[in-house]
Amino acid sequence: MSDRTLPISDSAGALGERWAGGRLGAGLSLRDCRPTRRRVWRDRRNKALVILAVLITLLPVGMILYHITSKGLKTMDWEFLTSPMPLSFRRAGGGFLNALVGTVIMVGLAAAVSVPLGIMAAVYLVEYGKRNWLAKVIRFFSDVMTGVPSVFVGLFVYTALVVQFGFGALMGAASLAIIMLPIIVRSTEEMLKLVPQELKDASLALGAAKWQTVVKVVLPSAAPGIATGVMLAVARAAGETAPLILTALGSYQLTAKLWGEPMSALTLAIFDGARNPFAAGQARAWAGALELLLIVLVCTIVARVIASRSRIKR
Amino acid sequence: MTTSDDTQGFVERPVFSVRDLNVYYGSNLALRGINLDIRPRRITAIIGPSGCGKSTLLRCFNRMNELIPGARVEGQVLYHGEDIYAPGVDPVVVRRHIGMVFQRPNPFPKSIYDNVAFGARINGYKGDMDELVERSLRRAALWDEVKNKLKKSALDLSGGQQQRLCIARAIAVEPDVILMDEPASALDPIATTRIEDLMQELKEDYSIVIVTHNMQQAARISDETAFLYTEVDETTSARWGILVEFGETAQIFTRPKDKRTEDYVSGRFG
Repeated sequence: MSDRTLPISDSAGALGERWAGGRLGAGLSLRDCRPTRRRVWRDRRNKALVILAVLITLLPVGMILYHITSKGLKTMDWEFLTSPMPLSFRRAGGGFLNALVGTVIMVGLAAAVSVPLGIMAAVYLVEYGKRNWLAKVIRFFSDVMTGVPSVFVGLFVYTALVVQFGFGALMGAASLAIIMLPIIVRSTEEMLKLVPQELKDASLALGAAKWQTVVKVVLPSAAPGIATGVMLAVARAAGETAPLILTALGSYQLTAKLWGEPMSALTLAIFDGARNPFAAGQARAWAGALELLLIVLVCTIVARVIASRSRIKR
Repeated sequence: MTTSDDTQGFVERPVFSVRDLNVYYGSNLALRGINLDIRPRRITAIIGPSGCGKSTLLRCFNRMNELIPGARVEGQVLYHGEDIYAPGVDPVVVRRHIGMVFQRPNPFPKSIYDNVAFGARINGYKGDMDELVERSLRRAALWDEVKNKLKKSALDLSGGQQQRLCIARAIAVEPDVILMDEPASALDPIATTRIEDLMQELKEDYSIVIVTHNMQQAARISDETAFLYTEVDETTSARWGILVEFGETAQIFTRPKDKRTEDYVSGRFG
């Protein structure tokens, strides 16, 4: 700090008047042209404001992380990770294994459907549809879908499937897939747009057909970005609660049945535990929140590692 | 078209014969009435001022310009007597016979090996891939510089090396013709010299068509030169390119028949 302020105060008397710019006149050297005090002050003030904004933004994130970690760690142990919920909230012990299994099954199913579908839709938008009416329609509805509150998606799946077939993992997965799809389409589209035309030209000039160019050049070049978008969608789906209440319902049983009976999910179990009045149930909810947080974190890190490995370094 | 260096005593059939070629972008005429023959195992240079349609003409030879929305071609481009714009001709097949090197080096973000092998792989090459990669890299005078790092990213190479890699990639599919769109304009003088030397070696096996901004380069390397120039319609101020003069490079640069050619090659505009 002092390094920057000292020379300004030194030259104050020498020149009589300081100036921030302008042409160098007779007898003036570059060293005499220093920013005015006002400008230096403004620079510092703006820098301070920006740093403050960052700190304020980070504050809630930091507090959430701290709360979840400190409260969750009290209950988080091997038993919690490996045993299903006790049938009564009141009872201590037990864990969220059934919820973990439910989340993995439903998010996995949803991803298995929405990832290939979303990537193919994005390829259509960028490489084939471009600006035609179908592409515009797909883009418009993707945007609308991204903004639709997830509870509506749950209601839709409830009326379309649950009323007929009952609660279950498939219905939960369907609602999560609907939520993930537009995220994947739009993020993949942005990534595909970044693939330079020169690369596509190079491939086409070598006699590659359009689909070969897409499969061998465009998709590999965009793979790291696509993986990031997919992980975002997975994290979003893993954190959804409202649509699952209406589709998977939640359960105390450890089950892998895809339909015919309700299934739990981490978010459902957390919600359940948090709103009951018993300390043991609430403690399990905190541990469940920590577990979900870690899963999302691990997914993100894995995606980053895969992305950085698959990309050939510059 | 027969010249004295035609020692074998027969008239060579042209690789390309362009007949009354008009090119449009949307409703704008870009090239008008082009007629010329590209002879085998020669370097043909296309020169002319900016915006006269040199690259457009080059891209007509492998149907790359139809990737630009609205581009349309009239007339014929005969490749060994066969019109590449005839109905039923697949542009993908055309491009497998006619390689292209672009203005800016554009290697794929893959390894050096995979770059060279790319074209062969998509064409279902069944032979020894290692041998093909080595042969192509040797042909492009790049082998000694990269033989120990074939699995490294092509993007780690210098600009000049990348451009030679692109040439290796183009010749790995064993094309008949190589089109080059200002291949040295993004390179420094030393890298440019290497590319020019390489072209001299390659013309023993390939027909080369090169677009260049650099008249000295055209004079140095080419056997024949086509001079394109922009014509302007005074009333609508529409502009299109025409072929002013086409002939042996020495003749174009020393005894041009057209006044416009003379002005251009003597540097009076450009």
